[in-house]
Amino acid sequence: MKNLAMEKTKDGVAVVTIDCPDSKVNKVSSALLAEISGLLDDMEKDKDVRAMVILSGKDDNFVVGADVDELNAMKSKDEVITYISKAHDVLRRIESLPFPVVCGINGNCLGGGLELALVADYRIATDSPKTSLGLPEVQLGLIPAAGGTQRLPRLIGLQNALPLMLTGRNLRPKKALKIGLVDEVVMAQGMRDIAVRKAADLAGGKAAPQRKKKQPLQARIMDATVKRFLDETPMGRRIVFSQARSQVLRQTMGLYPAALAIISSVEFGLDHGMKKGLENDIRIFGELVMDQKSKGLRSLFDGMTALKKNPLKDRARPVKKLAVLGAGLMGHGIVSVSTGVTETVLLKDVSLDAVAKGMKEVYRGLDKRARSGAITRFDRDVQYGRIMACDDYSLFGTTDLVIEAVFEDLGLKRRILSEVEAATSEGTIFASNTSALPITLIAEGCRRPGNVIGMHYFSPVPKMPLLEIITTEATEEWVKATALEFGIQQGKTCIVVKDCPGFYTTRILIPMLNEAMRLIEEGAEIKAIDTAMKQFGYPVGPVTLVDELGIDVAAHVARGEVKKLFEARGLKASDGYTKLFEKGYKGRKNKKGFYLYEEPKRKGILPFGKKKGGKPVNPEVYEILGGQRKPFAAGEIQDRLALAMINEAALCLEEGILSCARDGDIGAVFGLGFPPFTGGPFRYIDAVGARAIVDRMKALEQKFGPLYTPAGILVDMAARGRKFHDS
Amino acid sequence: MAKKALKAEQGRRIAVIDGCRVPFQRSGTGYYDIMAWELGRYAVKGLLAKTGVSPDAIDHVLMGCVATDIATTNVAREVALGAGIPREVPAHTCTIACVSANAAFVNGANLIATGNADIVIAGGVESFSDADIKVSKRFRRFILDMTMYHKPKSFKDTLRHLRGMKPLDFLMPERPAVSEYSTGLLMGQTAEILAKRLSISRQEQDEYAVMSHQRALKAQADGAFRKEIVPVVVPGKDKAITMDNGPKQETTMDKVSRLRGSFDRKYGTVTAANSSFLTDGGAAVLVMSEEKAKELGLTPKAYLVSYAFTGQDLVDELLLGPAFSIPKALDRAGLKLKDIGVFEIHEAFASQMIGNVKCLASREFAKEKLGRDEAVGELDYDRVNRYGGSLSLGHPFGATGGRLITTCVNRMIDEGQRYGVVAGCGAGALGNAIILENATA
Repeated sequence: MKNLAMEKTKDGVAVVTIDCPDSKVNKVSSALLAEISGLLDDMEKDKDVRAMVILSGKDDNFVVGADVDELNAMKSKDEVITYISKAHDVLRRIESLPFPVVCGINGNCLGGGLELALVADYRIATDSPKTSLGLPEVQLGLIPAAGGTQRLPRLIGLQNALPLMLTGRNLRPKKALKIGLVDEVVMAQGMRDIAVRKAADLAGGKAAPQRKKKQPLQARIMDATVKRFLDETPMGRRIVFSQARSQVLRQTMGLYPAALAIISSVEFGLDHGMKKGLENDIRIFGELVMDQKSKGLRSLFDGMTALKKNPLKDRARPVKKLAVLGAGLMGHGIVSVSTGVTETVLLKDVSLDAVAKGMKEVYRGLDKRARSGAITRFDRDVQYGRIMACDDYSLFGTTDLVIEAVFEDLGLKRRILSEVEAATSEGTIFASNTSALPITLIAEGCRRPGNVIGMHYFSPVPKMPLLEIITTEATEEWVKATALEFGIQQGKTCIVVKDCPGFYTTRILIPMLNEAMRLIEEGAEIKAIDTAMKQFGYPVGPVTLVDELGIDVAAHVARGEVKKLFEARGLKASDGYTKLFEKGYKGRKNKKGFYLYEEPKRKGILPFGKKKGGKPVNPEVYEILGGQRKPFAAGEIQDRLALAMINEAALCLEEGILSCARDGDIGAVFGLGFPPFTGGPFRYIDAVGARAIVDRMKALEQKFGPLYTPAGILVDMAARGRKFHDS
Repeated sequence: MAKKALKAEQGRRIAVIDGCRVPFQRSGTGYYDIMAWELGRYAVKGLLAKTGVSPDAIDHVLMGCVATDIATTNVAREVALGAGIPREVPAHTCTIACVSANAAFVNGANLIATGNADIVIAGGVESFSDADIKVSKRFRRFILDMTMYHKPKSFKDTLRHLRGMKPLDFLMPERPAVSEYSTGLLMGQTAEILAKRLSISRQEQDEYAVMSHQRALKAQADGAFRKEIVPVVVPGKDKAITMDNGPKQETTMDKVSRLRGSFDRKYGTVTAANSSFLTDGGAAVLVMSEEKAKELGLTPKAYLVSYAFTGQDLVDELLLGPAFSIPKALDRAGLKLKDIGVFEIHEAFASQMIGNVKCLASREFAKEKLGRDEAVGELDYDRVNRYGGSLSLGHPFGATGGRLITTCVNRMIDEGQRYGVVAGCGAGALGNAIILENATA
C-alpha cells in the first residue's frame, strides 16, 4: 500500500494512517480510494479488530479534499460518476463497519477529508492553529458530493450545516466543538494515543459517543424551541430552504449553480431519505464537474496553486527588515500582512501620530486573530512589536525592502525615491504601490534603477488575494525574485507584469470605466448598467466600483501617461469623471457619488437589528452629466463594457505586458472581479471562441469606433482557430 | 577582596555601543494598559534597530526589575522573546532595588570579560501601573487552603475554613510593603533622617528639585533625548508617546515651597516635589567586547573602566550609596573625582543628592567612613545630571540605571569629556557606581 499504513495494537485497535507519497497534503484520489477499499476487505473479515482509528501521517493536514487534478482530467460525466460512486461505496462500508471508528484530525480537514471524518463514530480535533474543518466545494462550483450534503445536516442541524456548505468557510476547532461537528478537542501532542484509547473504550462499551454541546441557558432554550422547529419540522425546513435560496439568488444573481444545487441536494435528501439523497448527489456531481462554470472556478484554483511557487526562489534574498511609507489604508494594510513574515516593519508617515493611527488598525486585526485562536496572545504582541513608528529615515539604513504607499503623485514619489536612496544602500529594494504611474517614470534619473520595482496591492489588503508585481527594463532579477518571494510569503497570489501606463489591472479597467461613463452620457440608467454587469457575473457593478475606488481616483488616473497611451490609439477619454470631481464628487469616501450612501437605520424600535443603509442613485449626477434617460438592452451594455476590458487584456498579452494568459485570467478575476466562473477573460475568449468575439467586436467597432478594434492577437487566434489555453 | 579594575589592555575592553529607552511615563498615565515586559521590548527593539545588530547575534539578555509581575517573574525572557531575540538566547532578571539595571549591566560586562558571551543586552524595566495588590493574609490563607493545601473533602471541612474568617478579611486588601523590611522605615523617612542629620534645608531641596525639572524641560526642548528615545504606540491606541511626561513647567519655587512634608507632616522637609515619583519605563544598552565591535564594524561610544558595589547602614546611610561606591570605583580605576567630567546619578530625593554631594566633599566623612585622609572631592553641579534626573524624568526602579548609562555615554561625547560616572543608591542601603571612558576621544 502506498498511501496507507495500518498497524494493529494489542487490544485490537486498527490504526490506519493516511500518508500520500510525494505530496505535502493528503488528497482523496482514486488510488487512495482503491487502497482503502482493499483495506476494508481485510478489516471486514478480521475477527481480531475491535475498533479503528483513522489518522494522517502529515504534519499539518488531515485530508484536504478530492484530487482536483484528477477531476480536471476527466473527460465525461461517466468518469466522474464512476469516481464518486467509488467514494460513496468506501464511505458506506466504513459507516457500516461492525466496530467503532474514531477519527483524529490535526491540521486542515476539508472537503472529502471532512466527509471521510463524518462517517466515523467519533471525531477528535487538535487545538493546533493549523486545524480547521470545512466543505469548500462550492468555491470550485461543486457540491460536497461524498455525503457531505446528507450527513452534515443530520449531524449538526440544518441551520449550522447550510451556511457552512454555501460559503465554504472553514471552522476552527473551538467552534466545531461547540456545534457538535467534532466531539473532543485535545492537544496536538499525544492525540494519536488518545484516539486509540477512545476507540478501545468505545469498543468496550465504556463511553457512548456524546455530542457534548456546552451552551448557556438562553441558547439551550432557543435550541429546544425555535431551532428544533426550523431544523426538524417540514414547515420549518421549508422556511429555511426558501430563505437560503433567496439569499443565494440575491447574492449571486443566480449565476452560481453549485450553491443552488447544494440547497436542492440537502432538501431532496431530507424529503426522500439519505439513500436516495446520496444517489441524487452522484448525479448532480457528474453534471457539475462537466459544467463550464465549475471548470472556470477550478481553473482559477489551479492558477492560484501554481502561482504559490516561485520559479526564481533561489535568487530571492530574505526580507528581514521591511519599511512601509504611508500609514493610510494601503500602508497599514500592507503592514498587516507583513508582521507575520518579517522581523521588523518600519512604518513612516508625516507624523508619529499619523503612524499610530495606522498601527491601531493593525493591532485591531491582530487582536481579532488572537481571539479566534488563529494566533496566541503573545504572538499577537510579538507581531505588533515588530512595527516601529518613524517620522524620519534614521532607522532605514539596513532595510531590505521599502514599499511606498503614499499619495498618487509622480513628483512626490520621485522625491521619496531619492530620499530613500540617500538613506539606504544597494541591497535595498524600492517598491511602489502605485496603481497607474509607470515605474520607469518614477525611477527616472534615480541612482539605482535596478532596485526599483512595482508592488501593486489591492484594498483592503488583508482580504484581497492579488498582488501585481511590475518590472521595468532595468529591474534586476534578484529584485524581482525577492519581491515575488515576499509577496508569496504574505499569502498573496502574485502575477509579474511589465511596466506600462496602468500596468495590467488598472489598464484593462480604464476602457470599461470610460465606456460606462459614455453610456451614462448617452442616457443609460446607472442602476441598469450595474445590474447588467452583475448579471454578466461581476460581483460589483462598474458604477459602484468607481464610487468605491473614488471618483477622484478615476478622474486622476485617466491622465498623464495613461491618457497618452489611449490617445495614441485614437481613443478619447470622456471628461465625465473630471466634471463630477470638479463639482466635489469623490464617491463613497465623501458620500457624494453616483449613489447616495444612507446611514444604517434601526429596524423598528427595538435596540437591535440594524437595516443596512440604502443606496439610491444620486439624481444630481444626471443633471451634471446631461443627456436624456432611455432604456438600453442589458446585452448591449454587457457587450460594450465587458469586451472593452477583454480586448484590452488581449492587447496586454500581445504587447508582452503579461507573460502568459493565466496571469491575465488571475489578475482580472482577483483584482477587478471579472466574472470568476468564467475563469478569466482569456478562458472566456476560449469558451466563446475567438472568432465569435472578433465578430462581435467588429460590429461594435462600426458603431462606436476604435475602442473596439479587435487586438491583433485575437484576429490571429480567430483566423487559426486556436485557443489561449490548451485544455 | 578583589580590587581589580576592568581596565583591560587595548583591544580587549568592554564596549558600550549605544543605549535606547522608551519615554518614561508617570504610573497610571500613558502606560496604564501595558505590562513591564512590553516596555522593555520596545527599548530592545529600538536598540537593535538603531545599532543595526541582528537579534541572532545576541548571546544573553539581562534586565533589572524590582516589582516583577507574577505572570512574568523572569521579565527578561519575555522582553527578549517579545523583541524577536531567538529563544535559544538565555535571559535573566536582576534585582537589587534601584540599581537593578546597574547590576544587569555589570553582570553582562562580566559575562563578556570572562569569555562567556560576546554580545549582551543589559537594561531594565518597571511598571507600577498594574502593581500587585494583595488580598489580606487571612484571605490568602483561606484561598490557598481551599484550593491547594487543605482542600475540603466535605462541607464540614469548608465550614471549618470559614469559621476563622471575618467579613472584613475578604474585603480589605493588605497594605503594600513599601517600607524597608529590616527597619520598618519608609524610604522617605530615611530621606528625612539624612536631611536632618546633615542639615539640608527645605529650600536647598526645593531648589534642587526645581533645577532638575528645568534642566529636563530644556533638554526636551533642545531635542537632547531624541537620540535616546524610541517612540511608543501602545497597542490599540492611535497616538504616539514620544516624550517623558514627568518634567513639569509648574515646578517652580513658588509652588513647591507650599507643600507639606510627605513623611513628617509637622517638621518634614521632604515633599512630593523633591522626591522621585512612581514611573513606568524601560531601557536597554548594547554591550560587547571591543573585538566584536570591530568585527561588526560598530563604533563604541564608551568603554567600561571600573565599577563597585557597596552596602551601608540601613538607617543613617540608606541613601548614601553614591558617596560610598564612587570612591571605591575611582580607586579601582586609579582616578580622582576631578578627573570625571560627566556624572549621571540617580536622584531618589533632593535630600539624598545633596547629602551625597556633602559627604563626598567632607573630610570628616572620608576619614570616618572611607578610611581616607582627604575628602573625595567637590562635585560640580554643572557636571551632574545636566538633562535632569529621576526627580523630574521619573524613576522606573528597574530601568533607571539603563537611562543613566545611556545619557552618560551620550553626554561624554557631546561635552567632549574623557570619563563619566553612573551611580545610584538602592533600598536595602546598597550602592553602585560605574566608571566609563569616552571611546571616541
